[in-house]
Amino acid sequence: MIFISEDKKQRADGRAYNELRPIKIEVGVLERVDGSAYVEVGGNKILASVYGPKETYMKRFLRPDTGVIKVKYNMAPFSVDSRKRPGPDRRSNEISKITADALRPALLLESFPRSMVEVYIEVIAAEGGTRCAGVTAAAVALADAGVPMKDIVAGCAAGKMDDQIVLDLSEVEDKEGQADVPVVIMPRTGEITLLQTDGNLTDEEFEEAINLAIEGCMEVSKVQKEALKNHYVQNLEG
Amino acid sequence: MYITPEITRENITSLVNNDKREDGRALDEYRNIEIETDIIPKAEGSAICKLGGTKVIAGIKPSIGEPFPDTPNLGVLMTNCELLPMADPEFEPGPPSSDSIELARVVDRGIRESEMVKLDELCVEEGKHVWILFIDIHVIDNCGNLFDCANLAVNAALKTCKLPKAKVVDDEVVLDEENTIPIPLNHNVALSTFVKIGDKMVLDPSLNEEKVLSARLSVGITESGSICSMQKGGDEPLTKEEIFSSVKLALSKNAEILSNLD
Repeated sequence: MIFISEDKKQRADGRAYNELRPIKIEVGVLERVDGSAYVEVGGNKILASVYGPKETYMKRFLRPDTGVIKVKYNMAPFSVDSRKRPGPDRRSNEISKITADALRPALLLESFPRSMVEVYIEVIAAEGGTRCAGVTAAAVALADAGVPMKDIVAGCAAGKMDDQIVLDLSEVEDKEGQADVPVVIMPRTGEITLLQTDGNLTDEEFEEAINLAIEGCMEVSKVQKEALKNHYVQNLEG
Repeated sequence: MYITPEITRENITSLVNNDKREDGRALDEYRNIEIETDIIPKAEGSAICKLGGTKVIAGIKPSIGEPFPDTPNLGVLMTNCELLPMADPEFEPGPPSSDSIELARVVDRGIRESEMVKLDELCVEEGKHVWILFIDIHVIDNCGNLFDCANLAVNAALKTCKLPKAKVVDDEVVLDEENTIPIPLNHNVALSTFVKIGDKMVLDPSLNEEKVLSARLSVGITESGSICSMQKGGDEPLTKEEIFSSVKLALSKNAEILSNLD
């Protein structure tokens, strides 16, 4: 249900406070990987790919009782306004880590002990909210790779802009806004697997933001499932 | 470590010996080329080139910087390549491999030596401020012949790249983002890569053909037909005749390859 009350202000790009940016998901876009997905959320263009489950290439990652997941989040040098130097930095290392943490609870890692799943997320164009879009893409790529999972996680951020809580901040809103709350959930249970907050919120605002973000994640989840269905139906027919 | 099965080697070699290829092409035939430009809103120039299943994205980010002391009136080209792990199970994350550096340098050499970009027009104030063009090659899918695919992507990205007008006010460079000009170009340059399999030279190698190659030759040729860059690779030597015939073939194919940029 979409309900826009009179006191809600219009956003710069004309969206309602609880409206996502246009989102598009494609499945199986790369040739050499086990699974891949391409996601566009607003101006974000993100590729995610999966190898595995496969042999653990580094002994120290190996776990005899369960499988492991490794995530690498990387931004293309030309994805942002002023060129980003290639290679990992502190920000992308952190995002890689929390992305792995966001995906792990949905994976049945114990069904493939001693092996690993590698996830590569590549931000081709960035426009705010790349970490959530990255997780969304990675989850679809994992499904495409056929990795055993109990849910397909979905991500979306809420935030505060002009003293109101809004969904899915664009880059401008993120820069000028007062808070950003990226959230990833497991849609079947509604459990949260990624949560960050930066900015200033009262406890009521925080609650509102979380609830709004979860609504957003559910919308994203529908698009993910639709994309996967379309891909495999097409493959069956074609 | 990935090992090419002996059966693949024998199959590819015997096909080539009979003037055939695994995908049904002639020995001197390119795969289908698709180019899309202006795909990245934040890059001043960008393009994706698909050569069969191979996909390469090129993005150009210009910035104002200092010229090199020995060329105070010329702009600067910086070419960089990332072989992303998603492109190929054999590509590993981490600092650029020697393969990725070779790819960036071969593409760079074609552009630089052909004088494709009018570097003198990228000078804002001699000795102080020039445009530096960062050319980033992002390889996202490797199904063979990254060289030619990357070269086409970079050519297409340069062709669509727009620079804001720059002028010097009180020793500071002021950019006019409203008014942009295209990058001044002389011409385009095509790269044609051959691999030697058995006794034959094969144009536009597929992944399997690259795996069994004994030698590789890339030839860069400008629109006007002048040879501007070359790179020999692979473990085995090439004869003079093989090189001459490949260059002749590359010359005859040049217009066809460059027509994809229009």
